[in-house]
Amino acid sequence: MLSVHDLEKTYSSGDRALRGVSLEVTGNETVAVIGPSGAGKSTFIRCINRLTEPTGGSVELDGVEVTGLSGDRLREVRRDMGMIFQEFNLVERLTVMENVLSGRLGYVSTWKAFRRSFSGEDIARAYEVLDRVGLAGHENDRADELSGGQRQRVGIARAVVQRPKILLVDEPTSSLDPETSRAVMDLLTEIAAEDDIPVLINIHEVELARSYSDRIVGLRDGEKVFEGSPAELDERARDGIYRGADAGTGSAAEVGAQTSSDASSGEGKIRRG
Amino acid sequence: MATKASERQTWTRPTAFYNRYVKWAVYLVIVAFLLWSLYDMRISTQRLLAGWDSAVDLVTSMFPPELTPFKRSLLLKGMAESVAMAVVATVAGVVISLPVAFMAAENIAPRPVYWVGRGFITVSRSFHELIVAIIVVKAVGFGALAGVIALSFKTIGFFAKLLAEDIEDIDAGQMEAVSATGANQSQTLIFGVIPQVLPRIVGLTIYRWDINIRHSTVVGIVGAGGIGATLINSFGKYDYDYSLTIILAIVAVVIVGELVSAYVRGRIR
Repeated sequence: MLSVHDLEKTYSSGDRALRGVSLEVTGNETVAVIGPSGAGKSTFIRCINRLTEPTGGSVELDGVEVTGLSGDRLREVRRDMGMIFQEFNLVERLTVMENVLSGRLGYVSTWKAFRRSFSGEDIARAYEVLDRVGLAGHENDRADELSGGQRQRVGIARAVVQRPKILLVDEPTSSLDPETSRAVMDLLTEIAAEDDIPVLINIHEVELARSYSDRIVGLRDGEKVFEGSPAELDERARDGIYRGADAGTGSAAEVGAQTSSDASSGEGKIRRG
Repeated sequence: MATKASERQTWTRPTAFYNRYVKWAVYLVIVAFLLWSLYDMRISTQRLLAGWDSAVDLVTSMFPPELTPFKRSLLLKGMAESVAMAVVATVAGVVISLPVAFMAAENIAPRPVYWVGRGFITVSRSFHELIVAIIVVKAVGFGALAGVIALSFKTIGFFAKLLAEDIEDIDAGQMEAVSATGANQSQTLIFGVIPQVLPRIVGLTIYRWDINIRHSTVVGIVGAGGIGATLINSFGKYDYDYSLTIILAIVAVVIVGELVSAYVRGRIR
């Protein structure tokens, strides 16, 4: 179980990206974080595994306090969090297999990593996960030879091979076409169910969030302004997240479906990804 | 608005100087300095002509290049030593340069380490090969060892600087993704950084080998071994025929080195 309390992040520029965000993610639920660009979605997810250092609040994973850890202890807790990135962040010049096995680095010595000497168990697991994400037979391809969808599948395999306790997913579909996006989302929810782990996912496509998540969290200006089931995310709630209109008063003007085509509408306040 | 703007019919290119007075003042200073330098050196036509004559004398006395069996073995021995010096200095220099390059990469090294790395590079870049060779010859005596040390030392400044700049340009996302799996710093370097700069490491090594071959022919002039020593000896003995042979041999070896270097670097992309 991941529980985040009052997470704060103020960048050295004085920019307050997060203003006390709290959230719990348990079981094998898929939680989608939505919100306009600059709302703090990425900062939020990156503060959880401390790729970005939060300036306040706490993050706990299965009772282990993540904030404040350093060195080996931080690495140990990072092994339990699989992260998937918008730009895939595969090591381009390495093979698919090396990229997947890099998910096991937290468990091998530096010398063994240098010689690419992973245990038979790790290698078997890597093959199995590659098969699961539909990339069987691609283990010797170089990562930069793959298509966008295939790369994201490698990214997912790298996270899954860690046997994480949670998947942190930062805009997994922003670099993909709509069809591939759906396939990637299918895969992520499938993994959550099969491996019985929760998935916390940043996403700017509201429709994808609605169809794939169990719960939706809306961020605006670093604050949580919505939390509820996909069904509860009505137009008023969307307005509250994307236009800052008070979701409670019902004063919001009529808003079309939040597809990417209407990004240019409104008074320029709707910014995306 | 539009009519107002179209009334303006003159335009002058903005100057890189503050204004045109400053510009002409700078030009004037440069010309004045050039004239003073010429006056100071007092190159007379007489000396120029005399120099031309003795140059012609030297070149004619160099022909035909001489290559007796004895001279040939001397040439080969010197040349082999130069090439060997270049290879050893490149390997040693690169081995030392690698950690220095990582130290001097701003995005990887902590601030104090970064300054130490930069310091090494600056010191290595400060002196010309020949200056370094003169100092090393004083320290370890005549011979190839001095040349190897001088060239290795110079390799650090070149190799570590260029590699550090490349490390600073890597895609941080790839590195970040590796550290997010729980990898330690060395593992992150091995998996997330080195693969990104590996082609550059190979390319720079070959390139520096090529440069070291050229420089190894020179450091011999101050006693640091190799073909340069043979060359300076031949001059000392007014054996100009043999000097030309050596010069042609150096040109040939440098061309071969450059061809190999260009070919290998073309293959790694």
